[in-house]
Amino acid sequence: MIEVKDLSKHFGHKVAVDGISFSVKQGEVLGFLGPNGAGKSTTMRMVTGYLPPTGGSIEIDGTDIVEDELGAKAKIGYLPENAPLYNDMSVYSFLAFTAEMRGLRGGEKKQAIERVLDMCFLQSVRHQSIDTLSKGFRHRTCFAQSVIHDPDILILDEPTDGLDPNQKHEVRALIKRMGEKKVIIFSTHILEEVEAACTRAIIIDRGRIVADGTPDELKSRAEGAGAVTVKVSGLAGSGIRQELEKLDTVRTVEVRDSNDISLAAQLIPSKKSNDGALSESVFQLCVDKGLMLQELKREEGRLDEVFRKITRSDVDAGQGHKASKQDPEPAAAAD
Amino acid sequence: MSNSAGQNIKTVFKRELKSFFQSPIAYVCIVIFLLISQALTFLFGGLIERGEATLTDSFFTFHPWILMVVAPAVGMRLWSEEQRQGTMELLLTMPIAPWQAIVGKFLAASLVLLLALVLTFPVVITINYLGSPDNGAILCGYIGSFLLSLSCLAVTSAVSAFTRNQVVCLLVSISICLFIVLAGYQPVTSFLLNLGGPALSDMVASFSVMTHFQGFIKGVVVSRDLVFFATFIGFCLFVTSIVLRAKRA
Ligand SMILES: Nc1ncnc2c1ncn2[C@@H]1O[C@H](COP(=O)(O)OP(=O)(O)O)[C@@H](O)[C@H]1O
Ligand SMILES: [Mg+2]
Repeated sequence: MIEVKDLSKHFGHKVAVDGISFSVKQGEVLGFLGPNGAGKSTTMRMVTGYLPPTGGSIEIDGTDIVEDELGAKAKIGYLPENAPLYNDMSVYSFLAFTAEMRGLRGGEKKQAIERVLDMCFLQSVRHQSIDTLSKGFRHRTCFAQSVIHDPDILILDEPTDGLDPNQKHEVRALIKRMGEKKVIIFSTHILEEVEAACTRAIIIDRGRIVADGTPDELKSRAEGAGAVTVKVSGLAGSGIRQELEKLDTVRTVEVRDSNDISLAAQLIPSKKSNDGALSESVFQLCVDKGLMLQELKREEGRLDEVFRKITRSDVDAGQGHKASKQDPEPAAAAD
Repeated sequence: MSNSAGQNIKTVFKRELKSFFQSPIAYVCIVIFLLISQALTFLFGGLIERGEATLTDSFFTFHPWILMVVAPAVGMRLWSEEQRQGTMELLLTMPIAPWQAIVGKFLAASLVLLLALVLTFPVVITINYLGSPDNGAILCGYIGSFLLSLSCLAVTSAVSAFTRNQVVCLLVSISICLFIVLAGYQPVTSFLLNLGGPALSDMVASFSVMTHFQGFIKGVVVSRDLVFFATFIGFCLFVTSIVLRAKRA
């Protein structure tokens, strides 16, 4: 549905987006992750047809956005960053305006307005002037505008920015629900949001894609991903440790607590061990030696570690670019 | 689902017009225009003392000087407010071509100026009461004033595309309008005549809205003047679209 090839954008000498390619299909919710200034908003502005690209192409549902701008724009709903609104209008008349711009008239228009007022919990402020709304209401009014024509494609730039935790939760649920039938791209720098709503995530840094995959795939690239936390009893701690170290699925044993009758430790998998092999071999060991397995937990890896590891936008200005081109980490076993 | 160009222009026009009357700008501009134009007419124009059945020297002659301030005041928010609020991003990602948005907004502001001119009708009633004027010539004068105000408005539209600051837009627009009015103002043209001969003074004057306005208030509509105003307004709106595009590139 959205096909982006080699997209780039220069502002004078500044390169904001530097050769980004990706595609999104129906039923996918794509999360754009990246530090501030990474180029998320600029990419979205190009995909929505607001900024002309410096290079590359964008196809919206088979239509090139440069060739048929209006046709492509008609298929998209867009929530710009910071939710801009016409402050001198009421919520209702603003939504009526956007409905008309989207070609809705008469009964259809009224229905669409009521639908989004309900969906975004705006009924209580429908006749209120926009400049008197609180930030959460402003955001939802702009969100309502983006779905008023029930578009196939939704592009949301930081949709949960400025919302309280309950509202954030609601918006994520909404995105997930709508994502089943639409194509959604949303940007965020909140990592839990990606896990809560995305089917796929792209991490952008300095205008380039540095990672692309499902949230689970990305997490498996984290430092501690695949490690197993165990608590075993039935032998002196040091004895258990020796047994564990003999396993060829284990690279190192990091002891957390060791005493006369038990051992608590984190096991880092060796290169050979793949998904689950480490847990299996620990379990088998306990059965063979008559030990008691009190706890066995596999670490999933944390997205924020991956994020920190591969995005360096505001840290080392000079070298980050080269480093981020290749796969930067050798650690993760599953890849 | 998609709109025609006409529907898009109408939708933008309606929203803009509502905005004008939601804020005090339209009312203030209209009232100031009415007060100043009536005051000048009755106090300095000597409408009553002259005893002539014409509005040329007592009414229309003041219009360029008032309109070159009032039109920028009406138009200063057109694109600067859109940029300050960030709504330009919203507007231009909807299925509307930029020229349609530019025309829609321009027409809304034009209507405010038209309303200001129409509300001066007591002057027309007065002169008809005092004598029997050539009402065709008066209509002609109104058309001239309206075209002149539209020219100033078109200048303002282009300037507002440059800046998100309304005050900057107002001041720069008034300066440009002052220039295009003065370039054809009689004392200035005679000064230029002395300075560089008829070639210079004619060339400068031909760019002036004042030169083309003069014909109208004397009651003559010449197609050359109409073409001038149409070209001038069209050019300024075109510049608006160029600036808006350049801002995004
Ligand atoms: N209109 C502009 N002119 C110049 N530089 C810009 C403009 N818009 C964005 N940038 C720059 O491009 C980079 C990417 O910005 P942006 O896409 O807004 O990042 P993000 O949304 O990921 O935080 C930033 O360094 C920003 O300063
Ligand atoms: Mg951004």
